[in-house]
Amino acid sequence: MATPVATPAPAQTLDLPARFPGVLNPDTRPGYSGWILDNANLLKFATALRDELGYDYLSSVTAVDYLPEGKMEVVYHVYKTTGGAGVVFKIQVPRADPMEVPSLVSIYPGAELQEREAWDLFGIKFTGHPDLRRILMWEGFAGHPMRKDWHEPYFEEEAKPLKSRWPDGRMIMAESKNLFGDNISYPDGFNPESQTFDPEKALYEALRSYQKDEVGLDTDHIIVNMGPQHPSTHGVFRVAVVLDGEKIVNLKPVMGYLHRNHEKIGERNTFIMNMPYTDRLDYLSSMSNNFGYALAVEKLMNVKPTERAEYIRVMMAEMTRIASHLMAIGALLNDLGAYFTPMLYALEERELLLDIFEAVSGSRMMCNYFRFGGVARDLPEGTLQKIKGLFFERLPRKIEEIDRFLSENEIIRSRGIGQGVLTAEDAIKYSAAGPLLRASGIPYDVRRAEPYSIYDRFEFDVVVRTNGDIYDRLMVRFDEIRQSIRIVQQAVKQLPNGPVMALKPMYQVRVPPGEAYGRVEGPKGELGFYVISNGKPTPWRYHVRAPSFINLTAFGPICIGQKLADVVAVLGSIDIVLGEVDR
Amino acid sequence: MSDMVGKGILKSLSVSLKRFAETYLDDLSWLGKRYRTDKGIAHRGSKDARGIFTVQYPEEKIPVPEEFRFVPFLVYDEGPNGEKTLRCTSCGICAKVCPPQCIWIVRSTDPATGRPIPDPAKFTIDADLCMNCGLCAEFCPFDAIKMDHDYELASFTRNVYDETKLSKSAKYYESIRPVNARREDAARAAKAASRTGQGE
Repeated sequence: MATPVATPAPAQTLDLPARFPGVLNPDTRPGYSGWILDNANLLKFATALRDELGYDYLSSVTAVDYLPEGKMEVVYHVYKTTGGAGVVFKIQVPRADPMEVPSLVSIYPGAELQEREAWDLFGIKFTGHPDLRRILMWEGFAGHPMRKDWHEPYFEEEAKPLKSRWPDGRMIMAESKNLFGDNISYPDGFNPESQTFDPEKALYEALRSYQKDEVGLDTDHIIVNMGPQHPSTHGVFRVAVVLDGEKIVNLKPVMGYLHRNHEKIGERNTFIMNMPYTDRLDYLSSMSNNFGYALAVEKLMNVKPTERAEYIRVMMAEMTRIASHLMAIGALLNDLGAYFTPMLYALEERELLLDIFEAVSGSRMMCNYFRFGGVARDLPEGTLQKIKGLFFERLPRKIEEIDRFLSENEIIRSRGIGQGVLTAEDAIKYSAAGPLLRASGIPYDVRRAEPYSIYDRFEFDVVVRTNGDIYDRLMVRFDEIRQSIRIVQQAVKQLPNGPVMALKPMYQVRVPPGEAYGRVEGPKGELGFYVISNGKPTPWRYHVRAPSFINLTAFGPICIGQKLADVVAVLGSIDIVLGEVDR
Repeated sequence: MSDMVGKGILKSLSVSLKRFAETYLDDLSWLGKRYRTDKGIAHRGSKDARGIFTVQYPEEKIPVPEEFRFVPFLVYDEGPNGEKTLRCTSCGICAKVCPPQCIWIVRSTDPATGRPIPDPAKFTIDADLCMNCGLCAEFCPFDAIKMDHDYELASFTRNVYDETKLSKSAKYYESIRPVNARREDAARAAKAASRTGQGE
C-alpha cells in the first residue's frame, strides 16, 4: 500500500505558513481558527500534510453556507493517529452554481461519503470524486436542503421559538393542512403526471463501475439488493451488491431512509433545544451524544463545568459505552445466527444500566441530561449506591460470564477469525473510528489522543487488537467494557461534592460568535460536533461528525472479495445505528 | 492441535445450562413470592438478580423513579373552598424552550383594559409531538408545569390535551415527586418571605 502509516513525528513546533509560503491565509474572523486556502493549492497542501507532516486521519469534511456573505465554505479537520491537536483548513467558493471544489478522496478516501453528503445537502461539486451521487436524499430530489435559502413545505419561520406558539397560541395540526394543496412546489419543468424517471439508475451505474476480472471463465455478475431493512435489521438500511457466484465484487451501502435533516432542525433550534435532539442521533448512547454537543457549545461560551459535574459526565459516558457495546455484541451474535440468547444475556446488564440513567436523568434512552456548564441535576439519593453495587460487584463478574460464553466458541471463531479484514493502513485511509479502527491495530482513542473533560486523570488502557477481523472487533468491545468499568470505579471513588452547574440555568444561553469543534470518543467512534454561532440564539451551523456514518466508508472495501453470507456479519461488527447514519 | 474441537461450544453450553438451572433454583428459593410482589419486582431489577429477569407487564409494573418524565401537566393549587388556581402565568417560557414546539398558549386579557393578565386563556399540548425532554418543567419559574409519571398513553385518536385535561393538583405532584416538591416549596416560601421583607 502506498499510504504510509503515521510514524511519530519528531517534536517540532508546527509553523504551517513557513512550510507553505503564500498558500495559507489565517482565518481571522473573531472566534474562528484554522487556515483558508485556494482551490488550486488544496490537493498539494493535503498531500504534503499527510505525507510529510503525518496528518494521516481526515476526521471531518463539511460545508457551511454563508448566505449573507455570498460564500460557501468547505471545512476540513485532520488529525494524526498518533495523537495531538488537529489542523483545520477551509476552502471558500463564491455562492453561485456550480460551486466546485477538488475532491480529497484520492488523498483521504475517508472523505468519500462525507463529500457525497456535502454535495447532496449543500450542492458543492467535488471534482474528481469517483462516485458523486446523492446520499441522504433521493436521486431526483430538487434542491440542496442544507442551504440557508431552501425551505421545506409547511415552513413557518427561520428559527424557533415560533410566533404561532406564543402569544398567538392557535393550535393547528400539521396533517389538517393539505399536503397536495397549497404547500408543495415542483422544480421548473417537472410534471408529476407525465414525467417518470428511474431513481435507481445512478446507483446501478455506480455499482457496475468495478474492475472486471479477465482471468478464467467469463461469468455473469448479478446485482442483489439486501433491504431496505434486511441487513439483519439494524434499522432501515439497504445494501446493493454485485455478485460473482457467491463472491462480492462490488458493494454500495444505500442510506437515508431515516433521514430527517437533523442538522437543519439543529440550525433552527436554540442552543439548548438541540440537547434532546442529540439523544436521537445514536439512540443507544444518548449520554455520549450530549457530551460532544455540550463540549462544543462550552468551547464557544468559554465555560468550564464544575468538578462534580465532570465526574458525573464521565461516569455517564462510560456507562453509555458499556450499554452500547453490550448491544453491539448481542446484535453481532444475532447477525451470526445465534438468535437472541447472547443478545438477551447482554441486554440484562444493559437494562440495569438503563435503570440508573432513568433514575438520574428521567429517561432510559433519551437522557437529555447534559447542560452547558454541567448536568441537569445531581445524582438522586441512593443512585451512587446502585452504581457501586453494579460496578464493583455485578458487572465485572457478568462480563466475564458473557466472555466465557462467547469468545472460545468454535462457531464464532470460525465465522470471525480472518473474515472481513480491515488492514491498519485501510482503517486510517477510510477514516474508520472507534472499535473498528482499534481492532485494526491503531491505538487511537480521542480520550487519550486529545483528552477532553477529565479523562487525563483516569488510569485506563487504550484497547487495541491487531488482526482487524470480525472476531477482533468483538473482542475489542469486551476489552473496552472492562476499561470502562475501571474508569467508573475510579470516578466513583474520586467523586467530589459540590454544585453540578457552573451557570445559572437559562432557557436561552448567550453564545458569542465563533466556531468550535467538540469531539468525544463515543461508543461507535469519534463523535464530533461542529458548531458555528453568529451571536444569535440559534446556531448558524450545526454539523455532526457521525461515526456510524463515516465507518460505512470502509464497509464496501471490507466486503469486496468476501462471501455474501459475511456481509451481515461485517455490518454487525462495524456496529451502526441508523439514527446516526441517516441523521 | 492441542485443543479439542468443540470444547468452546461445550463451555458456552455450560454457561447456558447454569443460567437455565438458576432460573428454577431462584424461583424455588422465593417460595412463590417472586412474582407479583413489590419485593420480587425489586429483586429482578437489582444487582443480585438471577434467573428470570422479565417483569410481566401489565400485571406487574416497575415503579418509576422520581425523576422519570413523561408528557407535562399543569399544576394547580387548591384554595380552602376547593377553588382551583393554575400556577401558570402564561409567561410563555415553556412554549419558547420547547424543542418540538408542541405547546400553544393563548394569553388572557383583561376585558376592561385589554391588557394581558397572568392567566392562560387556552393552553394546548400536542402530546404526540412532545419528546418528553422535560425542558419546560426545568425552566418554568413558577413550578407550574411539571413532567408526569403516567406513561400509559395509548388511545384511538390524536393526543391533543387542553388545559382541563392537563391540570393536576399540587397534591398529585407532591405524591409523584416528593423530594422535588418539598425543595421547590421551601424555595418559594423563602422567596415570598424575602419579598414581603423588602416591602416593609
